[in-house]
Amino acid sequence: MEATTDIVENENVWGGGNKPLNASYGKMMMWFFIVSDALTFSGFLVAYGFSRFKNIDSWPIADEVFHHFPFLHGVNAPMYYVALMTFILIFSSVTMVLAVDAGHKMQKNKVAVYMLLTIIGGAVFVGSQAWEWKNFIKGEYGALETKGGQILQFVSADSGKRVALSSFAASQPKDRAQHSADNGIWYVDEAKLPTYSVAEVQEGFLTHPDLRIKTEMIDAKTGHKIVLDRAASEAKITQAVYVVEGANLIRNEYGNRLFADFFFFITGFHGFHVFSGVVFNGIIFFNVLLGTYERRGHYEMVEKVGLYWHFVDLVWVFVFTFFYLV
Amino acid sequence: MAHKLSIFRGLVTFKSNAQKIWGVLIFLSIVTAIEVALGIIKPSILLTPIFGMKGLNWIFIILTIVKAYYIAWDFMHLRDERRSFTSSIVLPLLILIPYLIFILLVEAEYIYSVMFNGFVSWNF
Repeated sequence: MEATTDIVENENVWGGGNKPLNASYGKMMMWFFIVSDALTFSGFLVAYGFSRFKNIDSWPIADEVFHHFPFLHGVNAPMYYVALMTFILIFSSVTMVLAVDAGHKMQKNKVAVYMLLTIIGGAVFVGSQAWEWKNFIKGEYGALETKGGQILQFVSADSGKRVALSSFAASQPKDRAQHSADNGIWYVDEAKLPTYSVAEVQEGFLTHPDLRIKTEMIDAKTGHKIVLDRAASEAKITQAVYVVEGANLIRNEYGNRLFADFFFFITGFHGFHVFSGVVFNGIIFFNVLLGTYERRGHYEMVEKVGLYWHFVDLVWVFVFTFFYLV
Repeated sequence: MAHKLSIFRGLVTFKSNAQKIWGVLIFLSIVTAIEVALGIIKPSILLTPIFGMKGLNWIFIILTIVKAYYIAWDFMHLRDERRSFTSSIVLPLLILIPYLIFILLVEAEYIYSVMFNGFVSWNF
């Protein structure tokens, strides 16, 4: 105990004593790291805001993109799942505080149990995010892209609901094969071909008179995307050049290309933080089990990883607001 | 370490730190539930713009900052730290982030107006 606590009392490290603001060196540096990381995240989120304000009349509407809930197929459940994820993360923050609190009272077993619960909560959150990504990448309905990069989605005229390409696209004889290393030039890659060609979608659209095209543009009065009438839809579909299914870094079926890029980048960077937080918590958890902090005489390491963990939670609160609510 | 056990400016005081954490959890859950409920219902009265943004969005942002405050003050126990330490953490963020937001959003609105009013069509 003496061997490690004398770092805290050693007056020679800094001229002014090394607890200048009544916080130990390690804790203070964790806080300053958090400040810089908060600025990084605010840079990302403000960049997202920039792109969104730049495309304010055509940005995708979150409710229409994120509406899945596990085990409820085809049920429109906007936001419930992310709300649940938010709750899981806040709850794991609570178990973390309880671990820190137990650490102040030197209750080793309690610290271990609460740390374990925190790790489980974090792992569940990362898993949920992976599931969210899977749905986002896979897509559900498919869409067309015009030469100008606009996304055209299909809705039913009666219900206003989205219609999947698979439910109306015609089948035409095809001679286009997927290019791969073994049947073509070995050093040239080709992105996966869409299930349907543009011509098949166009033909299918003309034989289904109940279909309408939903554009990217938002009606300022109602806040909904503008749906074209049948004549305008038939004119618009001739401008399509590409079939988009799901999302990647180049194009996505939800709308503006930047939307998917920011989604992958910001939630990915946050998910990476959660993952590293789970790893740090795991290391500290094993140290608790080994009795390292019991011998050291204080559980300040638990408090330090706790600060990082709460910060991850704090960032998620903002990501949640700007991606899913606003 | 001595914990300050009151939240809402002394309106609610807890017996122990652990109890305070559960209290804060309940508060944060209620705020999140309100946000989700508003996001699903989208009351039409809140969709009118106030200062260039929908009233609903202002509510979301304010509630988010409220949540951030309680996470930082109670979970990250900034409430228990020295005031000078708290300020050295919070002030740089309070100064720099609104500045960044202001610069980039004003610029974005300008670019939008150029694209909207310009002679080039973006819809083809």
